[in-house]
Amino acid sequence: MGFPHPIHPGENPVLSTHFGDPGAHSHAGWVERGGYTALRQALAMAPSEVVEVVKASGLRGRGGAGFPTGLKWSFMPKEDGRPHFLVCNADESEPGTFKDREIMRWTPHALIEGCAIASHAIGAERCYIYIRGEFTEPWRIMTEAVEEAYAAGVLGASALGSGRRIDIVLHRGAGAYICGEETALMNSIEGKRGNPRIKPPFPAQAGLFGLPTTINNVETLAAVPHILTRGADWYRGLSLGNSKSTGTKLISVCGHVMRQGNYEITLGTPMRDLIFDMCGGMRPGRTLKAVIPGGSSVPILNATEVEGCVTDYEGVVAAGSMLGSGGMIVMDDSTDIVYEIYRLTRFYAHESCAQCTQCREGTGWTVRILERILRGEGKASDLDLLLDLAENMTGKTICVLSDSCAAPVVSGIQKFRADFEAYLTAGRPHALAGV
Amino acid sequence: MSAAHATEAGTHPPVFTGDTLARLEALYDSYPTRQACLLPALWMIQEARGWISPEAIAEVATVLGLTPAHVRGVVTFYTMYHQHPMGRHVIQVCTTSPCHLNGSADVVGALLKETGCGELGATSPDGRFTVVEVECLGACGFATPMLIDDDFIESVTPERVAGLLQRYE
Repeated sequence: MGFPHPIHPGENPVLSTHFGDPGAHSHAGWVERGGYTALRQALAMAPSEVVEVVKASGLRGRGGAGFPTGLKWSFMPKEDGRPHFLVCNADESEPGTFKDREIMRWTPHALIEGCAIASHAIGAERCYIYIRGEFTEPWRIMTEAVEEAYAAGVLGASALGSGRRIDIVLHRGAGAYICGEETALMNSIEGKRGNPRIKPPFPAQAGLFGLPTTINNVETLAAVPHILTRGADWYRGLSLGNSKSTGTKLISVCGHVMRQGNYEITLGTPMRDLIFDMCGGMRPGRTLKAVIPGGSSVPILNATEVEGCVTDYEGVVAAGSMLGSGGMIVMDDSTDIVYEIYRLTRFYAHESCAQCTQCREGTGWTVRILERILRGEGKASDLDLLLDLAENMTGKTICVLSDSCAAPVVSGIQKFRADFEAYLTAGRPHALAGV
Repeated sequence: MSAAHATEAGTHPPVFTGDTLARLEALYDSYPTRQACLLPALWMIQEARGWISPEAIAEVATVLGLTPAHVRGVVTFYTMYHQHPMGRHVIQVCTTSPCHLNGSADVVGALLKETGCGELGATSPDGRFTVVEVECLGACGFATPMLIDDDFIESVTPERVAGLLQRYE
């Protein structure tokens, strides 16, 4: 079910089965719904066996990068005598993305169970769940669920009586988009400014507190219990054509569709079906103009590119963008796309940690150039200047925030050049104040 | 240092005493370093005082064995830590693209009018509200979301604003 709308026949609810079901919140309710059998099963297996099952399922990271989860787990050193950490990234801040929030709100124990299984698999005694500061309701629900899990013996010195220690600590962020970047997030837990770190070393070698660390997204970890109980083959079979993209994915759809919300689809579902069938299409009298398909950091697709796009990791790349976090921002023909791109660049300028010159200066310059275009004071050379700037912001910094600011600008100018030129030639100032 | 900061100087009763100190100390076992308790400690200060003053920065630095410069660097990095006194209720409204597509600009207009704040970042003359614009709140399908203190409110429209504010004295 893709809360808050009723389940659509085109969906394939796995993680979202209990969205909107208040009975699934509690430990008892979760157990009644089959919860914690996967953890019991995993604790009876060797950690390496759990890693192999997840590898075989084809599960890939749901936070944005799509890296194979089992492979990531296998990078953790074995029997090195040092403490290991699992970190769950619940800093969901990518504009357009609101799926992890629903997982925590409705099925907190699914996340706890996934974290506990992953902790066992990578040899971690402690898992930190980093929840963004603004998520006050998920924070309260997760706090209660973790307390319940300790009281029920799921967590603690002997998880489910296995003799294996598994602890979960919730850590609250304080308003910084960049802390969703894994190394920035680790610095933030350590009580520092959330500046991303240079890689290598990668977290599996030197992560949180300098120790071997695996960091996974909420949705990734919440999928793990299902893979354990129903099997890697079952999960691998959830795929509409491409064996590299397996399983289901929560797609958050927002913007100009009739029914915004989270839709859990089998990877490979046509994007057209998602937008025009499941979400009810555009508002009456409107047509599709553009979609940002993977959270705001990925290139914009125009309506023609959406038409043939298959919603999986490879399919969205083939269409000219990326699946990213699965946060889809849909824009109809009423949209002033120049303004929306400007608004996104303002987001990145605000959220830049300012370590790297290309990002600190580049995001600010981009905003100021777009502002003057919107004011009707742009120069004919401004589009080339924006593209030149974008090139210098791409692939040159510690993390990809700078690249993410450049992506909508470059794709926007490529695909909607006429919209930009209208501002340049007609001198048409933007109607909104404050620009 | 702003005028608001200066008026607080010398009038800072410690935050980390009694129960609050006990709550902080209870976290020590959850992290291998004291420094890692900084973000939770700053939340405790803000909960107690509504903002994080230079005196509070000095206090938490002493309690956790850090330099005030480090703590100040952290406070200024994270937008949710308030560096000056706020209204009794802080309203954080999302205006990032997905919400803008669904009319957040009108919600902001209604908030500024109904609270009497007049402009973003300002506190209303009666000290009741401060309205700030924030980047993506992660609830884009429920535009426009806002936080009033710790209450997360979805699907705010200009028409709902006046009614929602009544609950906050």
